[in-house]
Amino acid sequence: MSTNTAYYIPHKATWPVIGTAGLMTMLAGFANYLNGSSIGPTIMIIGLVIFVIMLVGWFTLQANESESGMYNHEVGISYRHGMMWFIFSEIVFFAVFFGTLWYTRNLSVPWLGEGATKELLWPSFETTWPTNGPGKVGGDFEPMSAWGLPFLNTLILLTSGVTCTWAHHGLLAKNRDQLIKGLIATVALGFLFVTFQAIEYHDAYTEMGLTLGSGVYGSTFFMLTGFHGFHVCVGAIILSVVVFRSSKGHFKPENHFAFEAAAWYWHFVDVVWLGLFVFVYLI
Amino acid sequence: MSAVVDEQGHHADDHHDHGPEKGLLRWITTTNHKDIGTLYLLFALLMFFVGGAMAMVIRAELFEPGLQFVDPAFFNSMTTMHALVMVFGAVMPAFVGLANWQIPLMIGAADMALPRMNNMSFWMLVAGVLLLASTLFMEGGAPNGGWTLYPPLVLQPITVGKALPFAIFSVHLLGISSIMGAINIIATIFNMRAPAMKMMDMPLFVWTWLITAFLLIAVMPVFAGAVTMLLTDKFFHTSFFNAAGGGDPVLYEHIFWFFGHPEVYIMILPTFGVASTIIPVFARKPLFGYASMVWATGSIAFLSFIVWAHHMFTVGMPLAGELYFMYATMIIAVPTGVKVFNWTATMWEGAMTFETPMLFSIAFVVLFTMGGFTGLMMSIAPSDFQYHDTYFIVAHFHYTLVPASIFMLMAAGYFWLPKWTGHMYNEKIGQLHFWLSAISVNILFFPQHFLGLAGMPRRIPDYAVQFADWNMISSIGGFIFGASQLLFLYIVIDTIRGGTGEKVSDEVWEDAGKHGLEWTLPSPVPYHTWSEPPLIVPTEHVLDSH
Repeated sequence: MSTNTAYYIPHKATWPVIGTAGLMTMLAGFANYLNGSSIGPTIMIIGLVIFVIMLVGWFTLQANESESGMYNHEVGISYRHGMMWFIFSEIVFFAVFFGTLWYTRNLSVPWLGEGATKELLWPSFETTWPTNGPGKVGGDFEPMSAWGLPFLNTLILLTSGVTCTWAHHGLLAKNRDQLIKGLIATVALGFLFVTFQAIEYHDAYTEMGLTLGSGVYGSTFFMLTGFHGFHVCVGAIILSVVVFRSSKGHFKPENHFAFEAAAWYWHFVDVVWLGLFVFVYLI
Repeated sequence: MSAVVDEQGHHADDHHDHGPEKGLLRWITTTNHKDIGTLYLLFALLMFFVGGAMAMVIRAELFEPGLQFVDPAFFNSMTTMHALVMVFGAVMPAFVGLANWQIPLMIGAADMALPRMNNMSFWMLVAGVLLLASTLFMEGGAPNGGWTLYPPLVLQPITVGKALPFAIFSVHLLGISSIMGAINIIATIFNMRAPAMKMMDMPLFVWTWLITAFLLIAVMPVFAGAVTMLLTDKFFHTSFFNAAGGGDPVLYEHIFWFFGHPEVYIMILPTFGVASTIIPVFARKPLFGYASMVWATGSIAFLSFIVWAHHMFTVGMPLAGELYFMYATMIIAVPTGVKVFNWTATMWEGAMTFETPMLFSIAFVVLFTMGGFTGLMMSIAPSDFQYHDTYFIVAHFHYTLVPASIFMLMAAGYFWLPKWTGHMYNEKIGQLHFWLSAISVNILFFPQHFLGLAGMPRRIPDYAVQFADWNMISSIGGFIFGASQLLFLYIVIDTIRGGTGEKVSDEVWEDAGKHGLEWTLPSPVPYHTWSEPPLIVPTEHVLDSH
């Protein structure tokens, strides 16, 4: 229950600048690594550690403030706006790669197989999909089938959406046991998904000849599924924090923004996967 | 001097209400929207001079034909970095700074909705610019493939050296910064507004920023995605932009301009907001056509998403694409025209006075309209084949950015600095700054139209002798313009330190209190404002919409 009637405005923030320094160090290290510098990875890891410390510190601070009733209803609305628009920006980010897939399959690959491009540059190239292009970049490969692990993963993520909602019902009904069980199931399904995806990637690289370098098919396949897999990991970590906080007695039926944000994020990741399953695997 | 004492005395009274921290830590850890606004504005001013110095290098090299001062690769680094620094380091952050200062004051909010994130978005900006600036000192130099970073050029070793991953990660950081800033602005406007203020009571500056913030969230991730694909194409063997692998370099152009066109409106919509705020005050009339201004802003924002390929008419698009993008682009002239006519109608029969902010605003209306007309010329696809990648386009977008965005940022500085600091700027030097800027900006950019029509390509350090005369005139204008901006720097510092010594009233400008909530607060604005939202909001600015 919020006890504060005024909008809480913090007066001194140290975590933002620490987090920024961490992220900048990490990216500078990564850039150095890409340029072939041997100290790159070390700088990158230092930056990552600073960034993780910031995440832990900042979120602990927020959780404590929330539990001590410093946030009124309006603060909660601001946080919801924040999360909603953050997810919107993520949707746009994924839309770029879906758009790339669409453009490649419907425009650029067909253009390579017709007209002057075909006659003058690559007479033997026929428009197909999947393809690694007229240059057969990355060598022969076998495309990924939708049925098998990807379909199983679809079922897993859909189920995890259900368990997440079941946990929310538990929270609203003040049934903490159901809340924690539902969340643990969701996290477990999330990590199961990532494990299966890792197996899928392993097969692709070792048995199917399908890599990130397999022309535009490999590029779009791994970019889309890879970014999605990364988001599943992030979502599962967020949900794990929510499990931890639930076990400490945090969240009340009328005040549980962190749970809601985590659940929104999880459903967003879920919906992106459905798009991937249809457009990357199925069609 | 007395004004300074006054200010300190004033602050002493407010100390019970969480005054600012002491020392440097105040600026690093601040969550106060005014402090963060100041940080953004000062950082943007610094970057304006950094980017300006690069422009001076460009104009010095182009003063005469032949290679005089810099080698061609460094020249291309300068054009690339000048654009990136001005767009992402100066113009965008300056408007975010104005948003931070003004939006809470204008809507009666105690602060921004998410103050800690507000701090982070500023420091992310600094981090992004640091990564970008670091490339200037690297082996191979700063990126020199143009600010659009087109593949395959930008993926070739000769064009980037070691700079590419730093430039790409800089874009990521700047994108994160912009998205966080935009989310904060949207949450503030929707959630922190005084209950008495309805959406259609909001000042135009707030409206234009709301729409701009939406554009930012919708397109910054697009740019991030595009440069991420550049990174993987360069370092991780992907083939997004490689035809041999089934990809297409033109795809990058489509994605880039799907970001890029809304991006140019991100720089112009808040400009419109500032103009719509300043002109009514000095015309002493309510803004003409408030509701149509709101709808025009929304229309321009919508259209910005469906016109991107007019930046790439010569790339080899199907004819249907050329025609569609040509007509769609022309439609933008309609809502933009609504705005220009509304500003003109606001001034019509007004009791006008011509203080520095108003002078800049009038120059903006005239010169931005010229920039708009050259835009219309280039929207005609067959004609664009003549103008494409020449100095004509350089003249066009500089007319829409310098005497538009930059002029209105200057105007906003003159308009609100007295409110923020409690000191009046020196009107004589302000007007001198205006006339020098307004005249020299035309000497600088107008001849570039002729150069472009005659066929001088952009992004070259040397040129054929028939272009020599106009280039020399353009460079002379550039040097005068650059030097004149030092006057602005002087005025800003002088005003902060006491200005004319004249104590400004709460309204600052005659009857400004009718036009906006910020003028009902004391001058200088206290460190904390609107801890209780105002019960009555001025509606002079929306008079004719009720």
